[in-house]
This record gives sequence, C-alpha cells and structure tokens, in this order.
Amino acid sequence: MNTIQYLIQQTINAVSVGSLYALMAIGLAMVFGILRLINFAHGDLIMVGSYAALLSLGLGAPFWTAVLIGIAASTLVGLAMERVAYRPIRGAPEVAMLLTSFAVTIFLENVAILIFSPTPRAFPTPPILSGALEFGGLRISAVDVLAILVAAVVLVLLTFFIRRSEAGVGMRAASQDLLAARLMGININRVIVMAFAIGSALAGVVGILWSIRVGKIDPLMGFYPVLKAFVASVIGGLGSLPGAVLGGYVLGFLEILLQGLLPSSLTPYRDAFVFIILIVLLLFRPNGILGSTEKEKI
Amino acid sequence: MVTARRSNLLAVLLSLLILVAVLLVIDLAASAYIQRVVMGLGISIILVVSLNLLNGFTGVFSLGQVGFMAIGAYAAAILTLPISLKSVNLPELPAWLGEVQAPFLLATLAGAILATVIAFLVGLSLMRLTGPYVAVATLGFLVIVQVILVNWDRMTRGARTFSGVPPYTTLWWVWGWAVLTTYVVWRLVRSAYGRRMMAVRDNEIAAQALGVSVMRSRLLAFCVSAFFAAIAGSLWAHFFTSFSPKAFYFAETFSIITMLVIGGMGSISGSIVGVVFVTLLSEILRNAERGINLGFLTIPPVYGASQIIMSVIFVLVIIFRPKGLLGGRELDLGRLLPGRNRRAAAESRAVGGDERPS
Repeated sequence: MNTIQYLIQQTINAVSVGSLYALMAIGLAMVFGILRLINFAHGDLIMVGSYAALLSLGLGAPFWTAVLIGIAASTLVGLAMERVAYRPIRGAPEVAMLLTSFAVTIFLENVAILIFSPTPRAFPTPPILSGALEFGGLRISAVDVLAILVAAVVLVLLTFFIRRSEAGVGMRAASQDLLAARLMGININRVIVMAFAIGSALAGVVGILWSIRVGKIDPLMGFYPVLKAFVASVIGGLGSLPGAVLGGYVLGFLEILLQGLLPSSLTPYRDAFVFIILIVLLLFRPNGILGSTEKEKI
Repeated sequence: MVTARRSNLLAVLLSLLILVAVLLVIDLAASAYIQRVVMGLGISIILVVSLNLLNGFTGVFSLGQVGFMAIGAYAAAILTLPISLKSVNLPELPAWLGEVQAPFLLATLAGAILATVIAFLVGLSLMRLTGPYVAVATLGFLVIVQVILVNWDRMTRGARTFSGVPPYTTLWWVWGWAVLTTYVVWRLVRSAYGRRMMAVRDNEIAAQALGVSVMRSRLLAFCVSAFFAAIAGSLWAHFFTSFSPKAFYFAETFSIITMLVIGGMGSISGSIVGVVFVTLLSEILRNAERGINLGFLTIPPVYGASQIIMSVIFVLVIIFRPKGLLGGRELDLGRLLPGRNRRAAAESRAVGGDERPS
C-alpha cells in the first residue's frame, strides 16, 4: 500500500469514527443548548440501545427490526430520564444537574449489570454488513460506509428540521433564551422532550453502529463514547449543533493523527492526549474553535 | 462570646475523647469486619472533608479528587513495597526507587507532596475554569491519571494488580489523619484564607473587586485537597494491600461525591454525616444484597442493588434537599452540652437588655 492509499484509508477511518462522535455530540449539544445540562448519562443510551437490539435478535427478530427496537428503547429511556430525573431539577445550578446525570449513569449501568451481568456479550455483525468495499487497494468495511452514510443523511434531515420546521425554530429559540422563548408562547416542555427524543434516538443509532464495529457490548460501554462526544462538543463550542458535528469529525481526525504521529511507545497514551487537548481548549477557546473569544460581560 | 467559644472547645475535646474511647473499644473488642468498616469510614472522611474545602467552600467543583488519591496510593506503595518484592513485581523500577524501602509515614508524606506539586502545576491551568467546565476538565484529569496508571508498566504494573503492599494501615493511623484533616480544613475555613475562598465562591467579581486573588484562593484549596486525597490514597493502599488502577476511577469518584452532596457542601460536619450515612447505608445494603431471610419471606440475593438504591437516594437529595442533609450548616457541638443553651440564652438576654434604652 503506498502513502496516498494509506492516507485515504486513514481519512476514511477518521470520517467513520468522526461520524459516530458527531451523532453523539449532537444529542449532548441539543440538551446542553437548551437546559445547560451536561447529560453524562447520554452514553448509557448507547448501551441501552445495543442491549435492546441484542435481546430482540436473541428472540428471533430480523436484524432491521432489532435495530428499530434498539433505537426505540434508547429513545424511551432517554425520555424517561428527562421526566424522572431532569425535569424536577430544571433551573438548578449546572453542577447539580451534571451530578444528577452521574447518578442516572450509575443507576442505568447497575440495572444493566443486574439484568445482563457485567460480562461482555458478542454482538453479531449481520451478513449485509460483514463485507467490505474494495477498490484501488483500499478496503472499507461496510459498517464504516453505513456510519458515514447514516451520519450524512441524519445531518441533512436535522438541518432541515432545525431550520425550517416550527419545532426546530422553537428549539433554536429555546437555546438562545429559554425564558424569552417561553414568553413568546413556545411550549418549553415540548421542545425539551423533543431534544431528548432526537438525541436519544441518535444515541441508539450510534449504539448499534458502535456495537457492530467493536463486536461486543457490556454495561459500561457508554463511558468512553460519551466522554469523546463531550470533547467533540467542546471542540465545536458547547451547545452549538454545527459545532458539535464539526467537533466530532475534528476529533475523529485528531485521534487518527495521534495514532499515526505519536511514537509507538506513546500510542497507548492517546486518550490522555485527547483530554489534554480538551483542557487546553477549555482554557483558551471555551466557546469552541468556531465560537467567539469574547468574555462574559459583567 | 468567650463562654461560647470555651464551651465549643470543651465540646470538641469531649468528642475527641469519646472518639478515642470508641476507637479503643473497636480496636480491642470489635470484629474484624467492623474494624474494616470503621477504617474505611475514616479514609472516606479524609477524602470528603478535604474535597469539601474545594467543592463546598471554594465553589470549584472538582471530579479529580480520586486522581490525586491514586497518585498518593501508587507513590506511597512503590516506596513501602519490600525490596525483595520490588525485584519480582516491579523489576524495571529505576534503581534509586528499587533500593529503598521507606517507612509508612515518610512514604505517605512523599506521596502527598508529589500530589500537591502535581495539583499546583495542573491547577495553574484548571483553576481558571468555572462551573461545569471545571468539573469536566478535572474529570479529564482523572482520565489522564487513569491512562498513565494503566500504561506506565515500569512503575505501576499497568492494569495488572499491584500487590504485596505491607498492611501498615491501622485504625489509629486512619483516624489520626482523619482528625488532622478535619482540624486543618476547619481552621483554614475560619482563617482569612477561608474567607477569601468563600468570597470567591459566592461572587467571583465582587471578590476580585475587593482585592482577593481568585486564582490564589482556588489553587490553595486545590493543593490542600490534593494533599489529603493522596494521604487517603496511601492509607487506602496499605489497607487493601493489593489494587489495580480501576479502583481509582469513576465508581470511587461517584462514591465520594455522593457522600459530599448528601452531607451538604460547605459544611464540614455535613461531610462527616454524609460519609457515615452513605457508608452505613451501603454496608447494610451490601449485606442485604446477599439475600434476606425474614422467616416467612426470603428475598433472593440482588447484587448491585446497593448502587442502584444509592443513586436513587442521591437524585432525591438533589431534588428535595439540594443543600444536603445538614443544609450547608455546621452541627453545633456546643449545643449538645448541658448548660450551654441556658447560658447562651442568658447571654443573649443580657445583650438585649443593654441595647434597650432604660
């Protein structure tokens, strides 16, 4: 494989991983933009979706039905956590909300351990996705292609939804100023429920793609994806949807770059570098690489 | 005023005396299980009270405390590990570390000083952040520490179990450090430094306008809490004697945050109440997990249920008592003494009498 092929191959890897980060980051950013809540439990929705899909596969459901069931399960659990845990503390200090989401994480993970045991389970790759596209010496797995396509479709649909539909306008208004939006007659509860529903459904989609990529699932599988998605949304500016998408892809490239550029003795430390970058960004560009550097006005 | 302070001092001395007596009884008569629970209790008090200085009094919500605990645990354990074991377990240790075997106190302090230096360096940048950003950045710090522990094979045995640490930790070490931690944090909070910390917490801009250096106050709190977290880490390491990096991660972080929030941030006695409450409850639940036989009804074992119940309690506390069980106030030990209330009431009456024009 020559250098150019290698570069293209790595770029495709980066775009594929970046797509998953972007889809995750959208969910985080939507909720953060409206509620100022960093929903740490977002990662566990990945886990919920994967287990629900695996369970329905085990019960004999066809693959695409299982996928739909997985996405539905993520969405339901996401809506439930909003109703039970986050609605009662709406408007609380940001740290209190963050802590609540930690508690939700612990709750979901332990319930999953209780039901499914902590041992990882194999997640089957359906026959349609087990192949790979091969051309010009490149090899792209079908899952990567699917991830890239799904992300592209979702992003286009979401852009139309946010820009054109009434609900999308309401969502944007709510993220600019919750109180003013409410005074303008926007049903805040509906907007928030919608944000959670969209974000959770996307987490379900990511969950299934992620599980196929990794090949196994376990109750704690959501921990690293949500951290990564969080880094992505910080890169793009917390709460900004285009930023979250951009951040996801930037993070995908960054990881592949680190993998390629770091000396092999340091590659295991890749994640540490990712978080060092997070801290540096928080310090110097807290509004993201696209955001303004303007300080908060007194 | 003077009498109130004296009666407070009396109350503190009295409670110390009671503590020593209780510990003596536990040391001599209690079962090994109870001794272990009481030691765990003391270690948690060190962690939570020192974290409270930062999270509760300075208003910088750190999730990195367990990272410093890990640094203290590994640093001290590397120092106290018997030389014969070092050549087996950590053959690639640098020579100067491979040939020393430090006494417990020295190793603990060395770990704590290392953690403090790291806290200072890391804090120079992290302490510029506020609100949820600092929480996330310190969580990032925790992840970084974890990644280093897992990968730095030469020093930490990587993800494998670090074992053979001598079991130096006793009831007296733990509670000696716990009392010292509580005393230091208590004095610090009541000093000018502590007032500055609270000013920074309550209104950063107003504090700055009054000439308080936000950075310096936060950094001080960060370093002090890291110091004690590392002490707790060393005690923990020499208590469990074998551990892996996983012990110092998210679960432990959530556990001490639960204690802090349930007890109430910004209250030292609240932290202690939180630790005792959470520890006792989780011990009870953990025993219940193994199944309960009520004679007529047998509840089957449900492992992991204690964590689930704890997270539910945590959310309920945040919803219904956002300032924790003690509501951010201190328990007034002096009030527990007989006579104090009468005297205090008499004093306030006397003061009231003076103010009234006669």
